[in-house]
Amino acid sequence: MEFLRPSDWAEALAAKAAHPDAVPIAGGTDVMVDLNFDRSRPAALLDLTRVPTLDDWGTDGDLLRIGAGVTYRRLIDELAGRVPGLALASRTVGSPQIRNRATVGGNLGSASPAGDAHPALLAAGALVELASTRGTRRVPVTEYFVGPKRSVKTPDELIAAFLVPARPGAEQFAKVGTRNAMVIAVCSFALSLDPETHAVGTGIGSAGPTPLRATEAADFLAAELPWETRGPVPAAMANRFGDLVGAAARPIDDVRGSADYRRHALAVLARRTLAWAWTDLGGAA
Amino acid sequence: MRVTCVVNGETRQADDVWPGESLLYVLRERLGLPGAKNACEQGECGSCTVYLDGLPVCSCLVAAGQADGRTITTVEGLATGSGEEQLDRVQRAFLATGAVQCGFCTPGLIVAVHDLLARDPAPTDPDIREALAGNLCRCTGYEKIMEAVRLAATS
Ligand SMILES: Cc1cc2nc3c(=O)[nH]c(=O)nc-3n(C[C@H](O)[C@H](O)[C@H](O)COP(=O)(O)OP(=O)(O)OC[C@H]3O[C@@H](n4cnc5c(N)ncnc54)[C@H](O)[C@@H]3O)c2cc1C
Ligand code: FES
Ligand code: FES
Repeated sequence: MEFLRPSDWAEALAAKAAHPDAVPIAGGTDVMVDLNFDRSRPAALLDLTRVPTLDDWGTDGDLLRIGAGVTYRRLIDELAGRVPGLALASRTVGSPQIRNRATVGGNLGSASPAGDAHPALLAAGALVELASTRGTRRVPVTEYFVGPKRSVKTPDELIAAFLVPARPGAEQFAKVGTRNAMVIAVCSFALSLDPETHAVGTGIGSAGPTPLRATEAADFLAAELPWETRGPVPAAMANRFGDLVGAAARPIDDVRGSADYRRHALAVLARRTLAWAWTDLGGAA
Repeated sequence: MRVTCVVNGETRQADDVWPGESLLYVLRERLGLPGAKNACEQGECGSCTVYLDGLPVCSCLVAAGQADGRTITTVEGLATGSGEEQLDRVQRAFLATGAVQCGFCTPGLIVAVHDLLARDPAPTDPDIREALAGNLCRCTGYEKIMEAVRLAATS
């Protein structure tokens, strides 16, 4: 097995172009499990931990651009105020040891329907920046996932970064699991409320073949919320929102939970995150 | 491939390393440092926890080639000598409170607690539980471990 270790981004893209079958490795928290258990024997590993620009973040016009190699630990420590929903999701990932290594780029690379970053990125309306020696493109995260563990990323491409609005609205995230740490989500939900544009963003995790949005639920809430008065959210509105979120999921029965349970739990998470986010905006409880 | 890194303050070199093997394997099988333990090889148990460039990580999930040129501290590097008084305060506290039974989880826990106390000298119980969420112990039931951390924090 070859071990490719580019020291900058141009070299990394050239290496991926020359070895499209090389498996990129960042935090290694997905890749190494597969290697340790002999589930894969790639011809080459492409180590991205020596590419400094992947660890950068900064503003890019109205957007915040965060390098694919930024770890959950750093998202929590450095960026909680700028990507509040993603930081909440990051706190639920694995354990401290995992969060010290694992990256959002790796979560997107694995593209698991249960990846915890995905609902938060969907709710925030993120873009994924993909690059190859052919050029760079920014794909809305809503178009990024195409199936379980599959994305639009081509074999010669690497994930450079993801981008979110530089001024976030109120963002919340909640996840159901058997313990407070080290759990793959049974289901998860992320919500974003933009007090200026009155836009509502949603993301559903672990309840479909890909991470999903709840478009109908979001449109309903955007039209109904008392944005101007910030008055209390009527119970009927919250319930309807929850039901629409549950209906948007496409869950299956599996070892972690039944489809019915997931739909029910998502409705609960939707109502709870709505109450939290509305309070964040100064809305009446 | 050849992997060179600074381990417990010394520059160490391992040859003929398969790039896909883990840092844990390099430490245990090639560098003769069996402190970090191999229990799950999938990041779940924390028994392989070491410092990599100052951050506690699961060494079973670091590819050997990724460790090249990096600085590693294992549980062996925390004591200043072999006498009991030269042990780190965390190690002494684990001994004093009986937080060690079979001992398999202990090296990883020692590193995790060492890191916790370096960041937060007076952690609350919930902080301790949160910081140790990635370390499993099948023997003690964790209460003695909690006691050890509280003792280490005040010693
Ligand atoms: C014990 C444990 C607990 C976990 N808990 C959670 C959890 O709670 N929630 C959760 O979502 N995940 C969890 N995971 C899974 C994993 O930690 C995440 O998916 C993480 O985000 C992967 O990031 P990484 O940097 O370690 O990726 P790696 O393992 O390095 O890579 C993952 C995939 O992405 C590709 N890749 C990485 N970076 C790039 C890039 N820049 N461009 C192109 N491809 C790239 C790799 O080739 C690989 O296919 C857990 C894993 C373990 C071992
Ligand atoms: S052996 Fe590494 S976490 Fe269990
Ligand atoms: S003492 Fe045996 S696993 Fe912890």
